[in-house]
Amino acid sequence: MAEAHSPITQFEIKALIPLKLGGLDVSFTNSAAMMTLAVVAVGMLMVLSMRGHALVPNRMQSIAEMSYIFIANLVRDTVGPEGRPYFPFIFSLFMFILFGNIFGMVPYSFTFTSHIIVTFALAGFIFVGVTLLGIYKHKLHFLSFFLPPGVPVWMAPLLIPIEIISYLSRPVSLSVRLFANMMAGHLLLKVFASFIIPLGLLGIMPLAFLVALTGLEVVIAFLQAFIFTILTCLYVSDAIHLH
Amino acid sequence: MSDQQPPEKLNDLEARISQAKRAEQKRYGQTSKNDSSQQSGIGQALRMGLEMVSAVAVGALIGWALDQWLDTKPWLLLVFIFLGTAAGMLNVYRLANGFGYAVGYQKTDQDQDTVKDSDNHKGKE
Repeated sequence: MAEAHSPITQFEIKALIPLKLGGLDVSFTNSAAMMTLAVVAVGMLMVLSMRGHALVPNRMQSIAEMSYIFIANLVRDTVGPEGRPYFPFIFSLFMFILFGNIFGMVPYSFTFTSHIIVTFALAGFIFVGVTLLGIYKHKLHFLSFFLPPGVPVWMAPLLIPIEIISYLSRPVSLSVRLFANMMAGHLLLKVFASFIIPLGLLGIMPLAFLVALTGLEVVIAFLQAFIFTILTCLYVSDAIHLH
Repeated sequence: MSDQQPPEKLNDLEARISQAKRAEQKRYGQTSKNDSSQQSGIGQALRMGLEMVSAVAVGALIGWALDQWLDTKPWLLLVFIFLGTAAGMLNVYRLANGFGYAVGYQKTDQDQDTVKDSDNHKGKE
């Protein structure tokens, strides 16, 4: 049973329903289960709480309305009125990541955002989408993205690769930020939890730290979802406005 | 319950809210794009480190892939590590200056507006 207490056991992918599709392993895993749960929870929150659509909202309706207004303001402030068509995507993204992070804080659950492949898939999708959006909106003029105005021509061979690398590093930093924050937090929680029993009476110290850390993790769960969303907004804004 | 109140009062309220919002917007100007002020110092430091590292990693990966393809080991890897480092510094510089993640150099909102205008003209021509 010793291996069950290892701090990295919590990140293990377990196949709940083994499935094979043309030689590919497409099993329904605990990660997929948590994603499904997050999507269902977001859908339920949005649909069921707004069913009454009372003028004076009850608690659940307030949560739904506040999160809507929060993201609507974020999109308006960062992208401007042109960002309206992208609001549904950005809102879904925020709620999905937020619920994934928050559900991951429940003991014995699984945090799907603590896997780099999940966050990288999200960031890669955003990156490709934003690039296509920029090309669609500005056609070939989009390429001026990689050569800032007012740069001497002889600098171009040096500057264009640098700008392209800088542009390509966006999805990497976007995905690594979310994944690293979630994984590091959960590792830290587990490691400190494992100190409590062996320390005996002194275990009260790591326990107190753990309580504080759990609170901090909830804040980080929210903050990282917010940062992921605001950066997505900034990328969309860049693609639309293209200086 | 406010459900039973006449809708005129509500319309009035909405007008007053939008009026107040417009006044506020006029007073403080457009909300700045810079989100770095909302973050703590350590958060910003971590972000800068990540920006730096990810650009170097992307540069090294591109160099390595090009080396595999063009069979020029190890020269392109070396070149692209330096380019990646430059891109990383550029990222950090932009973040520190509050340019956000924009590729390209824009300092003020005014600059941005004028460039945007010229873009529009180009599109029309």
